[in-house]
Amino acid sequence: MNKVTYTIRSSRQLAGDIFEVILEGDTSAITMPGQFVNLDLPGFFLRRPISICDWDESTVKLLVKIAGKGTDMLVHLKSGVELDTLSGLGNGFDFTLAGEHPILVGGGIGIAPIYGLARRMKAAGITPLVALGFRSAKDAFYLEEFKALGCELLVATEDGSMGMKGFVTDLVKSRPERDYILTCGPLPMLKALHALPQLTDGQFSFEARMGCGFGACVGCTIPTKDGYKRVCKDGPILYKEEIVW
Amino acid sequence: MVNLSVNLAGVELKNPIIPASGTFGFGREYAELYDINILGSFSWKGTTADMRLGNPQPRIAEMAGGMLNAVGLQNPGIDAVIRDEVPNIAKIFSGPVIANIGGFSLEEYAENCRKLNDVEQVGIIEVNISCPNVHAGGKNFGSDPALAAQVTEAVKKATNKPVFMKLTPNVTDIAAIAKACEDAGADGVCLINTLLGMRINLNTKKPLIANRTGGVSGPAVFPVAVRMVWDVYEAVKIPIIGCGGVSSAEDVAEMMLAGATAVEVGAANLKDPYACKTIIENLPAVCERLGVANISELTGGAHK
Repeated sequence: MNKVTYTIRSSRQLAGDIFEVILEGDTSAITMPGQFVNLDLPGFFLRRPISICDWDESTVKLLVKIAGKGTDMLVHLKSGVELDTLSGLGNGFDFTLAGEHPILVGGGIGIAPIYGLARRMKAAGITPLVALGFRSAKDAFYLEEFKALGCELLVATEDGSMGMKGFVTDLVKSRPERDYILTCGPLPMLKALHALPQLTDGQFSFEARMGCGFGACVGCTIPTKDGYKRVCKDGPILYKEEIVW
Repeated sequence: MVNLSVNLAGVELKNPIIPASGTFGFGREYAELYDINILGSFSWKGTTADMRLGNPQPRIAEMAGGMLNAVGLQNPGIDAVIRDEVPNIAKIFSGPVIANIGGFSLEEYAENCRKLNDVEQVGIIEVNISCPNVHAGGKNFGSDPALAAQVTEAVKKATNKPVFMKLTPNVTDIAAIAKACEDAGADGVCLINTLLGMRINLNTKKPLIANRTGGVSGPAVFPVAVRMVWDVYEAVKIPIIGCGGVSSAEDVAEMMLAGATAVEVGAANLKDPYACKTIIENLPAVCERLGVANISELTGGAHK
């Protein structure tokens, strides 16, 4: 982790209440896809922990869903606004543990870290199989970006307006040879995926309301088979065998 | 050259800045970020006799000018703290540490103090009396002068170390509680703990925190804390650790002028992990502006 100043470079609407925000600054503390930044927004006491979608030497890309006043402010900040940021928080996905046949699964705004993960797997010579789930075609975003990476892409929508009608669990079941999952999305989705018998192991990204984001306040701890863990510091990625619901 | 040292009931601190219990863990996370030896001391995470898992999620909520928490005294228990954390504290911090303890009975408080009596690096025991008394129908020890005095007597019998009682602001007359602690032998008092609060989630129409209520902290409570330190300073002679919403070196000076000998910094650490470092760096300039060569001269200055 380091404490840095990020400057807003752009914000564009991807769908409904989903935006892509690009920040510029020191990214040296970011080492793994699935880590997050904790942004100090003007007028708010607590920082906003937001998953990193992708990064390079000098920019960070975030996908932000408006969930309240803070995220509403964030996506509408003008280019040039500077944000005090705790960068490179959390443990991140480790695809080197994922074996030969992983599947990457993102649900809704949870697809954010899946993109950065897929790009790094591709760079390492692996063609990732990516399954994305949305409520409806009008809520879908980032499909072109995933295709541009050269991923094999599966899509499901709850209303069937795009891709398979159903849930990401149906997409995973359609590929029974896939025995390792790397995933981020809403809790009910994670729980349903966790229960799929075809998975021998996997990495699941959790979210929680956080106080500090760096492990000090234990505001975000959840029970695991190995005792209580801090979502911010010991996570946000937990491994299949340690998760309890 | 400003002298920042203060004396808390016989314990010398190089400066009055102490990260508050519950915002600094056992020092590990901050020691990764900066040399925590610059601190006067730190108050470790509230420790009870047995391990406590704490409250269900969510435990944290936000508000204008601060936050609410209902962590619920999650801690590994006193034996694990002495076994696993104390040796690590010795590696990352050379000064006296403040051991914050909780308890649900007089015997639990006393037993925790007995176990800490031989832990050399513990300079002060800070006794959180905001826990409900399991033997008195759940009434908080800290909300009744007679109960607060009973805890004070019990812990004083159990340890030779200086004992500071950490007081809750959720009372009608905090000065009366402080006086009862002083009369029962307390070496000092620390105030304020968090103010009881609640937020309601408009989507679910239910309390936002799973525990329903949470403790309010952050800059919004600062004037409440200053007022209470002022009131307690008028009522007792023992030293006061001022705590509540402190975010800057100026806030530290204000808290000391109200009557504090040392100052704890809480929620500010969660927002900015370097908050205490920045405050310590800014203290000499604030002292110079106020015309004091020794920061300890500020204590109680507003009462003169």
